[in-house]
Amino acid sequence: MITAPTIEYFALAPLLIIFGAAIIGVLVEAFAPRYLRRAVHVPLTLLSLVGAFALVILQTIRGVPTTPAAMGSVAVDGPTLFIWGAILVLSFVSVLLINDEEQFVPSAAAVPGSAEEEKAITEGAAHTEVYPLALFAIGGMLLFPASNDLLIMFVALEVMSLPLYLLCGLARRRRLLSQEASVKYFLLGAFSSAFFLYGTALLYGFAGTVDLAGIREALATAGGTETLLLVGTAMLGVGLLFKIGAAPFQAWKPDVYQGAPTPITALMASGTLVAAFGAVLRVFWVALGNDSWNWQPIMWGVAALTMVVGSILAITQTDIKRMLAYSSIAHAGFLLVGVMAVGEAAQNALALSGLLFYLVTYGITTVGAFAVVTMVRDPGGEAWHLSRWAGLGKRSPKLAGVFAFFLLAFAGIPLTSGFFGKYAVFRSAVALGQGWLTGLVVLAVVASAAAAFFYVRVIVLMFFSDPSADGPTVVTPSWATSTVVGFSAFATVALGVFPQPVLDLAEKAAKSLFVQ
Amino acid sequence: MTAIPWLSILMGVSVLGALGVSFLKNDKLAKQATLGVSLLVLVLAVVMTVGFSPNGDRFQYAETYDWIPSFGVHYAVAVDGVALVLILLSAVLVPIVVLASWHDAEQGKRSVRTYFALLLVLEAMMIGVFAATDVFLFYVFFEAMLIPMYFMIGSYGGAQRSYAAVKFLLYSLFGGLLMLVAVIALYNVADKNSFLFPELIGAVTDPTTQKWLFLGFFIAFAIKAPLWPVHTWLPDAAAQAPAGAAVLLVGVLDKVGTYGMLRFCLELFPDAAKWATPVVIALSVIGIVYGAIVAIGQTDIKRLIAYTSISHFGFITMGVFAMTTTAASGATLYMVNHGFSTGVLFLVAGFLIYRRGSQFIADYGGVQKVAPLLAGAFLIAGLSGLSLPGLSTFVSEFMVLLGTFERYAVPAIIGTTGVILAAIYILWMYQRTMNGPTAESVAEMKDLNGRERWVVAPLIALIVVLGFFPKPLLDVINPAVKESLVNVKVTDPAPVVAVKEGQ
Repeated sequence: MITAPTIEYFALAPLLIIFGAAIIGVLVEAFAPRYLRRAVHVPLTLLSLVGAFALVILQTIRGVPTTPAAMGSVAVDGPTLFIWGAILVLSFVSVLLINDEEQFVPSAAAVPGSAEEEKAITEGAAHTEVYPLALFAIGGMLLFPASNDLLIMFVALEVMSLPLYLLCGLARRRRLLSQEASVKYFLLGAFSSAFFLYGTALLYGFAGTVDLAGIREALATAGGTETLLLVGTAMLGVGLLFKIGAAPFQAWKPDVYQGAPTPITALMASGTLVAAFGAVLRVFWVALGNDSWNWQPIMWGVAALTMVVGSILAITQTDIKRMLAYSSIAHAGFLLVGVMAVGEAAQNALALSGLLFYLVTYGITTVGAFAVVTMVRDPGGEAWHLSRWAGLGKRSPKLAGVFAFFLLAFAGIPLTSGFFGKYAVFRSAVALGQGWLTGLVVLAVVASAAAAFFYVRVIVLMFFSDPSADGPTVVTPSWATSTVVGFSAFATVALGVFPQPVLDLAEKAAKSLFVQ
Repeated sequence: MTAIPWLSILMGVSVLGALGVSFLKNDKLAKQATLGVSLLVLVLAVVMTVGFSPNGDRFQYAETYDWIPSFGVHYAVAVDGVALVLILLSAVLVPIVVLASWHDAEQGKRSVRTYFALLLVLEAMMIGVFAATDVFLFYVFFEAMLIPMYFMIGSYGGAQRSYAAVKFLLYSLFGGLLMLVAVIALYNVADKNSFLFPELIGAVTDPTTQKWLFLGFFIAFAIKAPLWPVHTWLPDAAAQAPAGAAVLLVGVLDKVGTYGMLRFCLELFPDAAKWATPVVIALSVIGIVYGAIVAIGQTDIKRLIAYTSISHFGFITMGVFAMTTTAASGATLYMVNHGFSTGVLFLVAGFLIYRRGSQFIADYGGVQKVAPLLAGAFLIAGLSGLSLPGLSTFVSEFMVLLGTFERYAVPAIIGTTGVILAAIYILWMYQRTMNGPTAESVAEMKDLNGRERWVVAPLIALIVVLGFFPKPLLDVINPAVKESLVNVKVTDPAPVVAVKEGQ
């Protein structure tokens, strides 16, 4: 007799709403007349995000489930709910940025500079598919850190990544760079997915299951030196570390961040990073938590390399988006420090809450920074070259001031949210009381000091250099863009002065740890 | 009395003043408002000082509220004698700097009111950093105060301003971040779930841990102070900063370093401090002599003053680490006196440079004949820089040397040569700029105007009065320093520290 699987619909409701809205979006593309599409997509997308967020809150209030949902394949636990909330907020603000036609190409299939493209522009064509695509990506992001089983996680990884590959190629300006970014991201992403899948297969060979809890149990009885386990862990690690952009798998990040339309970059830099870190934590803490002495040394090297590469290569960048990409790499390195701080349950909760808080603060600040990038424009699009930002502080002091503030938050200056994020993660690492990890924290602060140099360099450019005569114009922002900038700036200040409420949430979420 | 949150009021007035000033449309009004706010802060600070009882509790005007319970961080402020005099120093210097900077910001790249708003923000942070009794809060102020100073140097400074501003920021940030690791580790090692300073005293007992944490704090303070060999940012920053900002930078911000050594390095890690003493004293002595010799060779007036400060900071750190009451009190008094003396020196130099448009000594000559008041003020300021008896710096320098001699005779003797070298750099600079035939370029130079006299007069009056009668300050400082040194001794059962008996 076959019993039907039990599905906890309420627990999965946020996911279902997002995916449902994405499918409706596809139908809108198919059936709604062209002039109506945008008018339907924008409210649909935003409302579905709000609805999903409301459900996340409702679930938090009603109590966090203690067992995984959907026959043990999706874990809706405290950390998941927090990550979901974070991803939904970050996606919401990113979608507000996406709501700017100027950023997207009218016809992606047309050869850049061809007559077809001209025609598409004059016809006022637009790719309204970006909304359902973004929703699919967001749905994938939600599922990725919640998967409690390596196969579901792989599916989520693909659902998240495939729409992003497409979206990267849709930038209106600098078409060739955008297409290059798309292809690079796709090829490298496909490689990393293959690694992930192969790692899954090998771990299955080791444990006889792809269930994270099952792998954990298998580890309890195994010596931890089996070849299948070691190679599988390494391959799985490659796939995951690629997504967070840790060195030596960071090469795609600057190219993709540079080529993608800036709102998509914002979505990737915030939402995808949060989701990928959630998945990293789940795999390495839940499935491989009992094997930490095997992966910690490698992770140590990766984290150190990531921080150093991110901080140093950023100094040589001349493109503002590439610079922010390297900054994102450096931040991934700082976050990895927290991933290694595993020990007793209390220690894990400390590290987890620190990481969750860091992810939220970094995500919000980074969306704000990219929103500012969209506003500073040359006749040919965004003023991407750093030298074009010279003297911006004189021309539009408010915008430059806000951007400088975001940069200071990236650098981790006190009284900005970035400081407490770093502090929370580093604190958990030092609390482990192990010399090797404390040493890494020292390296991390040295890297932060080096990283501060290139943030400060932009501030110097904006405020202490004279503006050039034909400098970029600062567009009057749409209500959506100004909301994003305002929200990010407010959150960066508020979390820098009174971080306690969000810290409480993160602590509450982390207390229960991941369900096994 | 204790019910009134004096310290929060002081900071609150400055911050609100800064906000108000940044919204004013009229530059002149903004200046007047800034002056008014800073004078109000001064009056409040004086009233607070009058109410302070030197022989009462160590920390007075205490306020403690939870800030971030998850991290054990409090908004906790209070003052002891040392902190009080440094807050008073800041409160005195700010209105004077405002008055002195009346036209400085107009050459800058940005608005005048931003400059004055930054000044007030900086004042709030200066008060906060000295008043903080929560180590984490101290760290927050320690780092955050870099930002207004960074913008003041970078936006309103001289030709090399952005280089100097970045160098200043990165040096300080680097030190600060190392300190951050030590702060985190201190919290974990002490295991008190609190960053409150009084609770952390004596919390770290393991000698090796103490040494590491001590280093984390000390490097940050050494960069801030600055101690040789991590001093190289100061001449650049001070030379490029507008005169007013330079006064606050050298006069107050750098004192955070020496204050931090006395308060945090010594009291939290007494054994490690004793372990490090020989090295620190050696570095201080090198700083005294090196700073003085390099100052002699400078061609730029502001750089010269910056190097004299490096020499003077050598005296202060030597006094702190000599760990005798006389030396430590002298060092604290020196922090205040140096603030006044270097302040007036920078400001008069600033007036001089503003008139001639050049920082180079070679561009001046015979100013004394055309601008006697200016020259006179410069002379008195200079003489206080070389610690002439009768001026306030003499008292403190003498106390430091005396106190150090009690335990470290040889360094004290070598340090004394700094006094002689000081005479050379000051008098030679005075001679080259003020004496001799009047250079053509300065023939039209105007003497001090009314505003400038108001800038210089109070400082010179303070220097002279404190030179003859330092007792009021020492009465406040001495008990606080004694308590500090008691804490250093308490964790050390064998009384290695030879605190002078019978005082």
